[in-house]
Amino acid sequence: MKDLSLKKRVFKERLFRGGVFFLASLVVVPLALLLGYIVKKGIGVINWDFLFSMPAGVGESGGGIVHSLAGTVMLIVIAVILSVPVAVATALFINDHPKNRISRMIRFTVDMLQGIPSIIMGIVVYLWVVLPMKNFSSLAGGVALGIMMLPIVIKSTEETLKMVPESLKEASMALGAPYYKTVLHVILPAGLSGILTGVLLGVSRIAGETAPLLFTAFGNPFLNTDIFKPVDALPLLIYNYSTSPYPEWHSLAWGASFILVAFVLILNLITRLVVKKWQIKY
Amino acid sequence: MTMNKAGHTRGAGQGSAALLSSHQMKEKGFSSFLLMAGVSVLLVLGAFFVTLVLQSWPLFRETGLGFFTTLRWAPMENEYSVLPFLAGTLMTSLLSILIAFPFSMALSILLGEYLKTGPFAAAFKSVTELLAGIPSVIYGFWGIMILMPLIQSLQMKLGMIPYGVGVLTASLILSLMIIPYAASLGRDVISMVPGELKEAAYAMGATRSEVVFHVILPYARSGITAGFFLALGRAVGETMAVTMLIGNSNFIPRGIFSPANTMASVIANEFGEADGLHTTALIAVGLVLMILTGLINSAGKSIMKRFQVGG
Repeated sequence: MKDLSLKKRVFKERLFRGGVFFLASLVVVPLALLLGYIVKKGIGVINWDFLFSMPAGVGESGGGIVHSLAGTVMLIVIAVILSVPVAVATALFINDHPKNRISRMIRFTVDMLQGIPSIIMGIVVYLWVVLPMKNFSSLAGGVALGIMMLPIVIKSTEETLKMVPESLKEASMALGAPYYKTVLHVILPAGLSGILTGVLLGVSRIAGETAPLLFTAFGNPFLNTDIFKPVDALPLLIYNYSTSPYPEWHSLAWGASFILVAFVLILNLITRLVVKKWQIKY
Repeated sequence: MTMNKAGHTRGAGQGSAALLSSHQMKEKGFSSFLLMAGVSVLLVLGAFFVTLVLQSWPLFRETGLGFFTTLRWAPMENEYSVLPFLAGTLMTSLLSILIAFPFSMALSILLGEYLKTGPFAAAFKSVTELLAGIPSVIYGFWGIMILMPLIQSLQMKLGMIPYGVGVLTASLILSLMIIPYAASLGRDVISMVPGELKEAAYAMGATRSEVVFHVILPYARSGITAGFFLALGRAVGETMAVTMLIGNSNFIPRGIFSPANTMASVIANEFGEADGLHTTALIAVGLVLMILTGLINSAGKSIMKRFQVGG
């Protein structure tokens, strides 16, 4: 009797373990399919022409995506310039006054900002920037992406600043350095890797965002370097091409998807290397 | 605090007064710069909310509460209602949570208890991170190319109109997108279960699955619930993949195969071509969406906080 129930229990355990492994492995299947499909369809499209020439006319084969590559780079640069200084300063403020009421409100706000659906970033920045300037622009797209980056950079910077030991700060203050010099010459350099990690994470998050750009950067079939004019971006191009009826455009969209996924994955890899190499150890 | 320090040095040496005051200026300037940055982050969120309320106000003035009580969205006839999209949003996101549940639970139990270290654990972790890193629009594109034909052939076998797009198609892709998120939250929660509790159960001769069901899950229940709330918040706000796969129909969905629209997807679809009251109504949909995700996320966060304090 006892023996039987033990057998039953062991059997149950095996069954459960098998089930857990099976379900977890099933998740790998769609990923393998997805990545395999992107590589299979995408890699054949990529060549010099694809990367460095302008799109061909509707229905014509060939043509490139240089305009949206340039646009994506431009949008990311604008977003980083707008968001990183504010984010780092905000994290410094929270770190200096951890129990302060404003700090607590900021922490709550950061959590809420992170939860705002990306499409809402799009319509609000449309109302704030596009309507008054009467023009879709890469500036507007950069503002939307910058706001999306803010919470990520604030959080990772705050985490890093927490790890900078108090003794470093005290040593600097004891030498008579004013607080701002302590921050600029001691605290920030010590936390640089964490801040960099946050920026890279933020960039990899926003690089693939489409929804905030629909009504801000808008898309543009021509190469544009003016921040007050609409600009194309890789995710926008993928969206427009993949929902079009032309097979030529579908294959261009696969090529663009390959580039975008590779870019995001490489950024993630670099982030991990940065974390590993320059972790704060004192 | 720092300003106090600066204040104390004011009365110190008179000879270096000029130097000190320039330092004080910089010190004060720096502190107020930090404060301004922090406050600007607060203002951004506040301004988001105020903008949405002010811009959708004309709709409520014109149509009263009809936005929340009627069932028809017909921009040509100036009839607006959020209900079809609220229904579409709730259906797709709840269905996707339902589909994602067994997989993300399996992943979090596997990574939190069975395989904590080793090459397999690293492999599963990288897979989930990879899934999380792929942009939404690519999920949508893949869904159009691969998933849509599959659903179409399923619908033909079932004798239905083979739309291929609809609530189910969108939910399937959505569940793939939220599994990594829910699984990583679940793993964190499960690995926070105190070792003593598990060891006590093992010492009594419990098998691993018994420890999971009788110790780990009861202990981690609230944390896991919180994780699914946060995942739900993501699913509700997800835009691109859903827009590409849900079929964009402005009626309350009749079943899981019928085309529909979520709040996010109707904005993505119609905002570009809208004007006048139509734009206002779409902004009001955005306001409802923001409030809904805000509520779900803060519920998730507060449950998580209680779990972490209690645990």
